[in-house]
Parts: sequence; C-alpha cells; structure tokens
Amino acid sequence: MSHKILVIADHHDGQLLDATGRAVTCAADIGGDIDVLVLAHDGQAIADAAATLAGVSGVHLIDNAANEHPMAAVLAPQIVAFADNGGYSHVLGPNTTFGKDLMPRVAALADVAMVTDVMAVHGPYEFDRPIYAGNAITTVRAPEAQTLVASVRCASYGAAEKTGSASVAAATVEAELPSHTRFVGLEQAESDRPDLQTAPKVISGGRGVGSEENFRIVYDFADKIGAAVGASRAAVDAGYVPNDMQVGQTGKIISPELYMCFGISGAIQHLAGIKDAGTIVAINKDPEAPIFELADIGLVGDLFEIIPALDAAVS
Amino acid sequence: MKILVSVKRAIDYNVRIQVAPDGSGVVKNGVKHSMNPFDEIAVEQAIRWKEDGTASEVVAVAIGDDAVAEQLRTALAFGCDRAIHVKTDDEIQPLTAARVFKALAERESPDLFLMGKQAIDDDANQTGQMTAAKLNWPQATFASKIELADGTAEVTREIDTGLETLSVDLPAVVTVDLRLNEPRYLKLPNIMKAKKKPIEALVFDELEVAAATPIETVTTKAPPKRAGGIMVETVDELVAKLKEKSLI
Repeated sequence: MSHKILVIADHHDGQLLDATGRAVTCAADIGGDIDVLVLAHDGQAIADAAATLAGVSGVHLIDNAANEHPMAAVLAPQIVAFADNGGYSHVLGPNTTFGKDLMPRVAALADVAMVTDVMAVHGPYEFDRPIYAGNAITTVRAPEAQTLVASVRCASYGAAEKTGSASVAAATVEAELPSHTRFVGLEQAESDRPDLQTAPKVISGGRGVGSEENFRIVYDFADKIGAAVGASRAAVDAGYVPNDMQVGQTGKIISPELYMCFGISGAIQHLAGIKDAGTIVAINKDPEAPIFELADIGLVGDLFEIIPALDAAVS
Repeated sequence: MKILVSVKRAIDYNVRIQVAPDGSGVVKNGVKHSMNPFDEIAVEQAIRWKEDGTASEVVAVAIGDDAVAEQLRTALAFGCDRAIHVKTDDEIQPLTAARVFKALAERESPDLFLMGKQAIDDDANQTGQMTAAKLNWPQATFASKIELADGTAEVTREIDTGLETLSVDLPAVVTVDLRLNEPRYLKLPNIMKAKKKPIEALVFDELEVAAATPIETVTTKAPPKRAGGIMVETVDELVAKLKEKSLI
C-alpha cells in the first residue's frame, strides 16, 4: 500500500521555518507521496518556499485571514477536513511549540491516537520516540487502521534539500472555525543572531554567568564566531535572558555541530536538549559538574577568564 | 469560579531512570513516585486563586490504580476541596485520558480545566490539547501567566518565538509551564487536614467511556551513550582541538 503523507508547515513572519523541512525528511523515511499544507494569511511566499523542499509532490495553501496567527483551535478543524478529503494516511507536524500545541488537537478531532517526537522510523507505523526526558527510547507501533498523526523531533532530522519544484495549489475546506480563541499579541526578543534551533554553532550560558549584564560577554563571543545564543533553565528563571533562549527538555532541543556552554552544571533536563549536538564543549569552574560526563571536550576554569582568552585566540 | 485540575502520578523527577535490560520498560518497582511537577504547578495556581477568592471550588482529578490516591492526597494538602479518582489498572494513554476528562468536565461543569503541559514520564504533551478538542473548548498551552476576567482568560504562552498572549472564552483548558509559579512546600497540618477530605472513587468501566485503540510499546531501551570525552587544561589546547575538527 502506498502512503500519502501530509506535512503541516510551520512558519513565522511570512517565512517558512526550517522545522518544516525536517518534518519532510522524516516523511521521506516513512515513504510515499508527500504533500505540505500551509495554513496562513497572505501565504503565497511560504507555499512557494515549501515547494522547493526536495521530496514534496504538492503544496496546498489554505489562505484565510483567520490563519494569520497560528491558533490550534482554528487550524485543527481545517487540517482534519483537508486530510480527510485528501485521503491522507499520515499527518505530520514538527515538534516546535507550534506543532506541540496543534497536533494533539488534530489527532483528538480525528479521534485517533498520536505519536509525539518521532526520532526514527522503522516502518510506516513503527517509530522510536524518547520518554523520561530522553533517558529511555521506546519503539512504538501505532494502529494501521487509522490515520497516523505524529510530531517529528526536529533535532533528529536534517532539513530536506531545497532542490524541489512541487506544484502549489490554493485549497479551501469546509470547516467551522471557532471564535472562542483570539490572538492578543506576541512579545519577541529582537535579535540579529542566527536562529537557535537551526544554527550550526550555539554558545550557551547558565547560572554561572551571574547576571543579565554579564551575558554580554557570551553574546559578544557568539557574535565573533557567528553562533546562536542559548541558555539553561536556571539562567532563564533568574531573568538573565528571555524564555525563548532556553535549551533543554522543556525548552528547545537542538542539534548544532558545535555546542559550547559556559557556567552550566548540566541538569538532566538541560542535557536532554543537547544530546544530538555534534561536539559538546563545557566550561565550568566546578570539576564535578555533571556536564563534564556528557561533554566531548571539557575545560575547568572561570568563564570570565576563559571567554576573553578564547576571543583573543580566535581573532 | 470552579476549577478542575488534573494530577498524574509519575516517577519522581530526581530519580535516575533505569531501563530494564529485557526491553520491557523503565523500572518502576520500588522507585519513588510523585505528582508530575507540571501538575503541581497547575494545582498551586488553582489554590492561589482559591486563596484570593477568585476560585470558589477546586477539584483534583486523576486516573489510575490505587496508588494514585497518594497524589490526590497531595493535591488535597495543597488546598483542593475534593478529589475524583477514576480507577483502572490499565495503562491510560492521552486520547483515553481526554475522553475521561471530557466526561468529568461534563459532570462537574468547571469554568477552567488546568493541567500540566506534559507528564515527565511519557513526555507526550497531548492530554490537555486532546481534552480541549473533545470538549470543543478553547485551549491555551504552555502558560507562564494567566489573568482571569469575567468569562475570559488572558493567557501568556511560552513559545519558540517569544511570549504569545491569547484571549480565550471560558470554559477553557489551560496547560501550564514551569515559570507560572513556584509550588509551595506542604506543611504538616495541611497534610493532616487533607486526610479528612473526600476522594470520590469512580470505576473506569462505569464511566461509559470507551478506551481508545492504544499505541503499542514494542520495546524500550536505554539511549545510546556518547563516546567518552576528554578534558583539556588550557584555552590554547581547546582552540587547537576545535580547529582540528574545523569547528572554529
């Protein structure tokens, strides 16, 4: 039986997010026809970008003012109606906060079970997923008789190449959209740095950095080597940096080529967010810090001496 | 205002997880269990509203075997007025939990259903959204701030792009994130008082809720270990290693 897979596009500010391409890569592992569904307002550019993802057969755009801000209660009925009409066997979304919020609502409306955080595909209905903050990996088999709804663990997949040229078609669905949920606002931290979730290099700071002002040294070094900046939960809780910089099980799960962390002791939930990094470098003044158990390269010392020295060494 | 808050029993977050060598799952016997930490934040929030007069009644609900009563007692010690325990020895997956919570919400008619954003055992992050879908209620997930007004709630959500604020009509399902509050330490008199509060036991089979077709677990294994790392003594040595790997 051939499978028909629908990938829900994640986008922001008119741009298709890299997470969508990662979900497409996972869909290719499942095998079958892959379509992308873009729900947006003025979403032509997003749909055109999705059409360049290798492996995608068709992009469908549901353009509606109600879709300007992604709200699960508004999007889910449209997705269920579209997937139903199209006879899709699989509906996938990325495990970004967009997908985490949305996909369970889609599954429940379709009255099917859902697989969260697919990290490996063994068959069209058999997957690996992490449990207990990644401290165990479970292989699960979903019922074949129903539509498979899943979220894709983005850190486990590279984004599909942009070599495709799929068709783009406008789509409409019959779905009743609720008015009980309204967008009020989005407070975004302005940053010219690379995106934390996709950057090949990430520099992170923890409680050891000590203050919001002290984080300047971390930002400066990151800018020097072209890295994105992340933080531990402790640093976010302490108010040194905004929440969207948190790396870890409950923040962002990332897989950069280089992850350098300063003043992060290595709580289990932080480690869960960086396990897929290529090379982990830890700098901490406590030689007993758990981060050194996971790090590929460790250096014991004071970050306020080491960062300037690193800065000088790479100049 | 009446608030329902769900509570899940899970292995305590301080426990180092052991995977059974035969692949049958995570070792649970003789391992400390507690209330899922995200649920504790939800309970704390509901109780703060009870204390400031916003909430008139807070009801804790849980699904599971007899041992779950322990976590419901904890919720009562926080200050919940009463508890409902839906009893079953079967593993309950999110879609089935959502069907049960829908039945309880229809029976109790709360203005707000608060839940943790995910449980730290299966990390599914589904039950709140699924319950909202089943009830056709609004949902606001990953809440770091909730302001209640007449018939609506304004919820600030922690999302990848920053802090999003949604306004939802009540009743609604709101799932809470870490920074909403810091749960209190329970005092002995409250723990003693909780012993006298009622826990209503409902048998799952009598709720007329069908269990969903489950997702089967084939095997559970420990994650692959990263190859052992090295310690360097100086910044120059570190830079040399990184240059060797063409990382800087």
